[in-house]
Amino acid sequence: MAQHQVNYMQDGGLPVALTSIDKLANWGRSNSLWALTYGLACCGIEMMASGASRYDFDRFGTIFRSSPRQADIMIVAGTLTKKHAEFIRRLYDQMTEPKWVISMGSCANTGGMFNTYATVQGVDRVIPVDLYLPGCAPRPETLQYAVMLLQKKIRSEKAIKSQKPKRLM
Amino acid sequence: MDTAYFIETIIKIVVLLLVFSALAGFGTYFERKVLAFMQRRLGPMHVGPYGLLQIAADGIKLFTKEDIVPQNVVGPIFKIAPVITAATAFMAAAAIPFMPSFTIFGYEVHPIISDINVGILYILGVMAIGLYGPLLGGMASANKWSLISAARAASVFISYEVVSGLSLLAPIMMVGSLSLIDFNNYQTGGVGSWMIWSQPVAFILFLIAAFAETGRTPFHLIANDHEIIDGFGTEYSGMRWGLFFIGEYANMFFISFVIALIFLGGFGDGSVGGALALLGKVSFIFFFFLWTRAAWPDVRPDQLMWLCWKVLMPIAVINIVITGIVIMF
Repeated sequence: MAQHQVNYMQDGGLPVALTSIDKLANWGRSNSLWALTYGLACCGIEMMASGASRYDFDRFGTIFRSSPRQADIMIVAGTLTKKHAEFIRRLYDQMTEPKWVISMGSCANTGGMFNTYATVQGVDRVIPVDLYLPGCAPRPETLQYAVMLLQKKIRSEKAIKSQKPKRLM
Repeated sequence: MDTAYFIETIIKIVVLLLVFSALAGFGTYFERKVLAFMQRRLGPMHVGPYGLLQIAADGIKLFTKEDIVPQNVVGPIFKIAPVITAATAFMAAAAIPFMPSFTIFGYEVHPIISDINVGILYILGVMAIGLYGPLLGGMASANKWSLISAARAASVFISYEVVSGLSLLAPIMMVGSLSLIDFNNYQTGGVGSWMIWSQPVAFILFLIAAFAETGRTPFHLIANDHEIIDGFGTEYSGMRWGLFFIGEYANMFFISFVIALIFLGGFGDGSVGGALALLGKVSFIFFFFLWTRAAWPDVRPDQLMWLCWKVLMPIAVINIVITGIVIMF
């Protein structure tokens, strides 16, 4: 990139762009968030709509991958039943580091209106959640805003971090 | 074999590897943009101007991803399968002339790594070996979907390979050579002398076989997202999976070059205009691959086998017989 005027306050006045590995890696990771197709209930419809023509998730570089090995974020879209809890944990474990989870909609956040014997009361009882997205069901714009907030979060963290074991509820 | 030739060949190999690895990355960008415009979307827009830095972001992400080799896989075969796909795609490029020969600092450069006299046979053979990547990767993955994908890879392979070989036989009979440079020199007399006019049937057959060879959408059976997750790539993560991708896109570019050189006149008389025309033809064929993906659904494996064995192969054989009769009289 051509720099016409030397900015003596930045990078010691050198006409080069300096960056750190953290910034570079975080820039790459945050701009290429591939989501796992994981529609559990009606929120899944909104998730599909946010990938389709009108809302176009591909603008942010977010495309949906069907294999957990190639996915970066898991968007838990919908009601998690106790029968399915085992599989969401397995799919989360199969995803490769670094990985993030967005809990989409009331059912995934807290169990929502399904306060029953069969529903997990919040997906954070099974897997660690990075971002809670309220709504029933959230509109596609809301999901895209959530992904942009997650990008902000990724850019602020260190690229090589020690994995702290997250305590589950 | 003198030193100058040796150095020249190594420089050409390095240039080819660098250019086409980068082009394979840009191919994904073109694909996302073309598909987006066909679906009235915008495609990548936010990363760099018009999303041009998207491939850099994807590359950084893939390189820094965790590399998982699952528990029950056959380790060595699992690890070498992506390398086979990427390496054979680039090996096939050795017999393809990418430009007419030009003179630089009084030294004549032929932009072909080796003009061997069995050029097309070599290209078809090496591209066929490329299918060992999905086959071995799928069988070694210890995953049901990968195994189904490997079985499909084998059945697709035996189907299209017959058609691509037989359809090229008629043009080879007319030219009387297997070298792609001889093919190009056969069609130097302008648009009217292109092989597509004398061999339209062979052109269509080879185009269909090329779709199966590169695994593009009407025959996108080996890694069909809605049926078998990601096929042979299900258990691959990070750059191992990226190598499969580079191989697939490089293969698309090389087969576009082969089609343009055999049927569409190549670089013509070797002028600058001819070289630019070749790039235009290759770009159009590459665009045609993406266009078809946006417009057509997938077929089933048994439909592909039915098409190749019962329809295309008899047509190819009849085409050869008719060409032979016409050449004889």
